[in-house]
Amino acid sequence: MNASDFNTVLPEVALAVYAMITLLLGVYGGKDALVKTITYATAGILAVVAIWIGSNGGGDQSAFGGMFTDDAFSRFAKVLILLSAAAVLLMSQDYMERRGLGRFEYPILVTLSVIGMMVMVSAGDLMTLYMGLELQSLALYVVASLRRDSAKSTEAGLKYFVLGALSSGLLLYGASLVYGFSGTTLFSGIRGTLGVDMPLGLLFGIVFMVSGLAFKVSAAPFHMWTPDVYEGSPTPVTAFFATAPKVAAMALIARLLHDAFGLVPADWGQVIAALAVISMFLGAIAAIGQTDLKRLMAYSSIAHMGYALVGLATGTVLGVQAMLVYMAIYVTMNIGTFAFIMSLERDGKPVTDIASLNMFSKREPLKALAMLVLLFSLAGVPPMVGFFGKFYVLKSAVDAGMTWLALAGAVASVIGAFYYLRIVFFMYFGKETDAVESRMVPVQWLALMAAAAIMVLGIVNLFGVDPLAAEAAKALVG
Amino acid sequence: MENVLSIITFIPAVAAGVLALFLRGDDAAAQRNAKWVALLATSVTFLVSLAVLFGFDANDTGMQFVEEYTWILGLQYKMGVDGISVLFVMLTTFLMPITIASCWGVETRVKEYMIAFLMLETLMLGVFCALDLVLFYLFFEAGLIPMFLIIGIWGGKERIYAAFKFFLYTFLGSVLMLVAMIAMYYDAQTTDIVKLLVHDFPHDSMSVMGFQIVGGVQTLLFLAFFASFAVKMPMWPVHTWLPDAHVQAPTAGSVVLAAILLKMGGYGFLRFSLPMFPVGADVMAPLVLWMSAIAIVYTSLVALAQQDMKKLIAYSSVAHMGYVTMGIFAANQQGVDGAIFQMISHGFISGALFLCVGVIYDRMHTREIDAYGGLVTRMPAYALIFMFFTMANVGLPGTSGFVGEFLVLVGIFQVNTWVAVVAASGVIFSAAYALWLYRRVVFGALLKEALKTITDMSGRERAIFAPLVVMTLLLGVYPSLVTDIIGPSVGALVTDYKAALPVVAEAAAEAMH
Repeated sequence: MNASDFNTVLPEVALAVYAMITLLLGVYGGKDALVKTITYATAGILAVVAIWIGSNGGGDQSAFGGMFTDDAFSRFAKVLILLSAAAVLLMSQDYMERRGLGRFEYPILVTLSVIGMMVMVSAGDLMTLYMGLELQSLALYVVASLRRDSAKSTEAGLKYFVLGALSSGLLLYGASLVYGFSGTTLFSGIRGTLGVDMPLGLLFGIVFMVSGLAFKVSAAPFHMWTPDVYEGSPTPVTAFFATAPKVAAMALIARLLHDAFGLVPADWGQVIAALAVISMFLGAIAAIGQTDLKRLMAYSSIAHMGYALVGLATGTVLGVQAMLVYMAIYVTMNIGTFAFIMSLERDGKPVTDIASLNMFSKREPLKALAMLVLLFSLAGVPPMVGFFGKFYVLKSAVDAGMTWLALAGAVASVIGAFYYLRIVFFMYFGKETDAVESRMVPVQWLALMAAAAIMVLGIVNLFGVDPLAAEAAKALVG
Repeated sequence: MENVLSIITFIPAVAAGVLALFLRGDDAAAQRNAKWVALLATSVTFLVSLAVLFGFDANDTGMQFVEEYTWILGLQYKMGVDGISVLFVMLTTFLMPITIASCWGVETRVKEYMIAFLMLETLMLGVFCALDLVLFYLFFEAGLIPMFLIIGIWGGKERIYAAFKFFLYTFLGSVLMLVAMIAMYYDAQTTDIVKLLVHDFPHDSMSVMGFQIVGGVQTLLFLAFFASFAVKMPMWPVHTWLPDAHVQAPTAGSVVLAAILLKMGGYGFLRFSLPMFPVGADVMAPLVLWMSAIAIVYTSLVALAQQDMKKLIAYSSVAHMGYVTMGIFAANQQGVDGAIFQMISHGFISGALFLCVGVIYDRMHTREIDAYGGLVTRMPAYALIFMFFTMANVGLPGTSGFVGEFLVLVGIFQVNTWVAVVAASGVIFSAAYALWLYRRVVFGALLKEALKTITDMSGRERAIFAPLVVMTLLLGVYPSLVTDIIGPSVGALVTDYKAALPVVAEAAAEAMH
């Protein structure tokens, strides 16, 4: 390790040091007394690191002999991860405190998992990949069961852990095959061994690794844990699951496929396309029968991952660019939506039943309107920005000659529109029943309104995300 | 006035934003303010749009008032009108103040109601002005949201079912169009409608999974667009969402739906299907013509059997739209002229008919035909106006309804005599159901107890109908007002269409030898 290596990983190291210090502070500072300060400080630090990484433009650097890459692609993903994690932390503080979940471990675990994600998106080696992935996952298993006295939360944590371990097993098995047939764990080395005729074992390795990672993005048919974990975890934790880890895992898949297997896009393109189609349809159809908002959002995220995978399946620069734009839009929508879900309560208890939203628009017209915008955006109805995300990935699919994939995505989006409309239906057309309250602290209100405003105002220029994504995609593919 | 089209498109949206952000409370004063703001905004829009009409040069068949800016994702914001679209813009701006005035009696959630209509106007105007594929799609699709809410919140008893059916039916049609649009972009490398109009899409026959597709890519693209526009139009057999939506929608919603939203389908055929995929259109034309003929006869017969006034008029709309598609796919000057004329005229007439139903619905809160009878004794003014529009709907010479149907029949007669014969019989059917409806509602003895105290139309209601009566008569006796404006553009459209075809005819002739 030399100084330049250290400079490249400085953000990760800084965050890790910060996590250790807060851990000490938390332990010796009287357990949960400092929780509020720690939460806000963590959110602040994450945001600062995001700005640091974001403004630290310039070329590609790689550290530790190519095991760690820092390029425009990883910077794009990192900024997205850090900002979404910071936003989720900020809006969850009040919820956690009032539900008796105000533990200082939560922000620290989030920080640790964020470090894991940052390592994931920068991975240049199978070892780095696995290290980042496990750091992220282990932290997430614990936060899933943060509510120790609730059977559902514990179940969620356990389920997530068991299935996560299974997926890690698959991934490791695939990695060992890849290593065995290529003789190296470095992505650049693997790329070099992909000659004219690829050994079958390497193909098996790719498939196993993709399956393992598909667990992490909850792409069908590896999605089974998602609804239960989303439902069982405390809502702020669910909000976190739905945002940053998804970006990281999606970016990791892109990184692995392009950096290591970029020379044989035809071999993995079909696998990813199949995952995409199954996810889009399963997410759209299975969500129809849901009565719980969080479960519904779980299926919604499965479907959304399907669309993002469409971009990846193309194997082109435009596809990666579309995927990144899609993920940025997806994360924004989810932050807004979860800020809203978090605020729902009746007699001080959280409510996530869809039917409880009956005639919500009458009591809270502004919040209902913001949700309306977000839901139509999630459904991909123009003029909301969500439409542009879908349009972009479908366009990249057609450009790459995969018209059938675009057609499937279009059809699935109609089916998917139905369940988002159902929420609108309850909010606007339902019957008046037991009133549900929406208690929001200013941060949550701001998150909801800002997300909705972005969905409408973004049609002007998408807030300049597209050129950044283009640069990132070029760094990865081109 | 460089960007007058953007100005008229976004005046209503700005007004909606003002209402949403600055109007507080839901008391009587706030409600009145909301209505006045909406009326003012739509009226101003109409007045500004007159500048488009008067500044429009009918002899120029290209796009006018063009605005162009670059936009996100390699797209562009481009607006403009030609002879085909300018009258739809005018129809929209003309009808919206009338629509707003017609819902003066609404009392539930007035502010939201007005916002929905104002947004709807922006989106409808955008559809007719957009000169970029994706921009068009954006306006076209987004119009579903306010209409979904209008039906769902202010509609009748079965409004939920109707709202969902309306939304999903049209959404499915449109996403297929979206895929086709992406495919067009892939082929032509542009989303600019003006450039796409002159782009030659491949039309060599191809085979997909063993099926021989005559007209190749053009036919496939045509079908994808057809899925969207046929649902919107609506054509038989995908018309079933319309009666449900009409019956459940509030009066003003029905007016906008029948008078303007349906025209988007016809406009789409004229803007995309015919000029961009001439070979595909030519391949599919016989099918479309027969579907239209069936629509005219079948839905007229269905209309005869209806018990609900709105449903009857809804089916009558489907029949009249049958003339429109027939005229468009006759693809000659008279046919297309007639189709556009019919759409404009149907905008006034069907709008007025739904308003007529609204007048008595507001008083009796039922649309059952059997609940009425003998209204002429209590409501002479209403009887007169209803009579006038019933006759216009039947196509009485002297009203605009006649001109459109006549032109279409002339046009179609040159192309396919049998279709013309079948379609002409629809004229008789429409007379049958319309007059029978009129007899049952207005004539006869006034027997129903509830009707004995019904009052005639108020000054406001009369004022709403006045411009519609004027327009229907004016276009009926002086149709050149419309045909002069659309004529040159339609001529160019038809010429280009015909010019694109002989190539195929020759190829077919060669294949025969």
